Amino acid sequence: MRGILAIYRREMGSYFASPIAYIVIGFFLLVTGYFFYNILSIFVMRQDMMAMQAARMGSPPEMDVPSLVLRNFMGVVSTIILFMIPMLTMGVYAEERKRGTMEMLMTSPLTEWQIVLGKFFAAFSLYGVMLAPTLIFQVVMARYSDPGMPWRVLGSGYLGVLLLGAVLVAIGSFISSLTESQIIAAVVTFVVFLLLWVLDIGASGGSQTGGLLQYLSILRHFDDFSRGVIDTSSVVFYLSLTVLGLFLTLRTLDSMRWRRA
Amino acid sequence: MIEVEHLTKSYGQARAVNDISFKVEKGEILGFLGPNGAGKTTTMRILTGYLPATAGAARVAGFDVFEQSMEVRKRIGYLPETPPLYPDMSVRGYLEFVARIKGVAKADIESRVDTAMELTNLDERADDLIKRLSRGYRQRVGIAQAIVHNPDVVILDEPTVGLDPKQIIEVRKLIKGLANDHTVILSTHILPEVSMTCDRVVIINKGRIAAVDTPENLTTQLKGGERVYIEVRGEAEKLRSTLESIEGITNINVETRGDDAPLAVTVESEQGRDLRAGIAAGLVGAGFELLELRGVSLSLEDIFLQLTTEEQEQAA
Repeated sequence: MRGILAIYRREMGSYFASPIAYIVIGFFLLVTGYFFYNILSIFVMRQDMMAMQAARMGSPPEMDVPSLVLRNFMGVVSTIILFMIPMLTMGVYAEERKRGTMEMLMTSPLTEWQIVLGKFFAAFSLYGVMLAPTLIFQVVMARYSDPGMPWRVLGSGYLGVLLLGAVLVAIGSFISSLTESQIIAAVVTFVVFLLLWVLDIGASGGSQTGGLLQYLSILRHFDDFSRGVIDTSSVVFYLSLTVLGLFLTLRTLDSMRWRRA
Repeated sequence: MIEVEHLTKSYGQARAVNDISFKVEKGEILGFLGPNGAGKTTTMRILTGYLPATAGAARVAGFDVFEQSMEVRKRIGYLPETPPLYPDMSVRGYLEFVARIKGVAKADIESRVDTAMELTNLDERADDLIKRLSRGYRQRVGIAQAIVHNPDVVILDEPTVGLDPKQIIEVRKLIKGLANDHTVILSTHILPEVSMTCDRVVIINKGRIAAVDTPENLTTQLKGGERVYIEVRGEAEKLRSTLESIEGITNINVETRGDDAPLAVTVESEQGRDLRAGIAAGLVGAGFELLELRGVSLSLEDIFLQLTTEEQEQAA
């Protein structure tokens, strides 16, 4: 535990000592803020139109704006993080290998699990720090919304984003452990995430392969969360993928000992 | 403190380290001497538990480096060829981190870090970021990192590479000082370094040990005899026969350097026999113009070259 904590603290310190974390977080908030504003105004406008229609036609207006905004916003966030996480994870191991500090970590009395977990939790925390300010948007909306804020959807939505992020961080860190170049790590991670995205589009078809892809697509599992449904199988799916990513990273570290260094 | 037995490391067909055995006693400074690519770094990496050996065994403080890697790693401080530094950290922050991952007790971290900085003369730069330090200071941080947890064994891979002469002297002094409490292994391809800092030398070439001894013994033993260099004016054939008549000479090497130039001769004799007076008398008696006569001592450099080229000839 002490070893994990030592690694974790160093990682967090180095994230905020370099500009990259600030740039990525700032950019993320800029983009999500823009989308949140747009989604909110679209649905508010639509509701106004429906309300006017209802006044003429006489049918009662039925529109849960906060839920719709949340659902769409979570969808946007899940897409944007595909672009941001490669930048958070690219250096996790690649930089360490390039600097030669990996050799120090591997010859210190730390187990590989301590290194992998310390680094994972640090990258994941940074992701959490990036995500946290978007809660302000929700608080503002909750303040003025009628009907009131659907807290359940909010909770499940953010749980989903966190779980999805954990998977992506684990995959990104794994890819970073395969190379000494941050650039290569970032590009490959980005391509892999893009493939996951394409897989999701492919999963839209009704065919048998479509069904299989649908089951495997990490974004498809996210839909439930953004609708306020916490499906245990999706939670298990995400957690298993995260553990798989961590395990693969562990194997890479192990294999460094066996390869020509 | 360190026992290495028949250690072998293969990468596919190539053998980076081939059947190496040696021992290092407590408090000793052992120098690993060899040309680049001889297997120095590989051997060190095996000792630190970074690489597994293909065959053979190594023990540090009685613990097997492979089977009881964690115990060994706690007792070893290791400076790889490039100091493993985090440029964004301060010297103190970095050393505290290293102390933590090396398992130094929480209460001792501060005092251990202070001691390490004191030994390496880093006190004044404690709060500077590592990226702002010069090469020499970085190397010192690297050494401080290797001793911060007060390990039994300190392994230094090329600790003086890339330093200026003044820094080299400082680092050597620092290493000598370490030997009081630590067992030290250092690698180098610079010869004066071993004769200056090390108690014993392992000369390693192409993955094999070419010689193990003290620097002094290596110089006397391996030269295998005394050498005398002579410059003389006269006829080469006559000179050879004159020298052959002097007792005790084992080898004569005459070099003609043009018509008028004097002959340059290297004469080897059995060990412990000083033939200078005899040669001088003999040559002058036979009517040669004796221009120069001096004893030649083999430097460690010659021995090193001799050993490593012999190896190459064997291999070829």
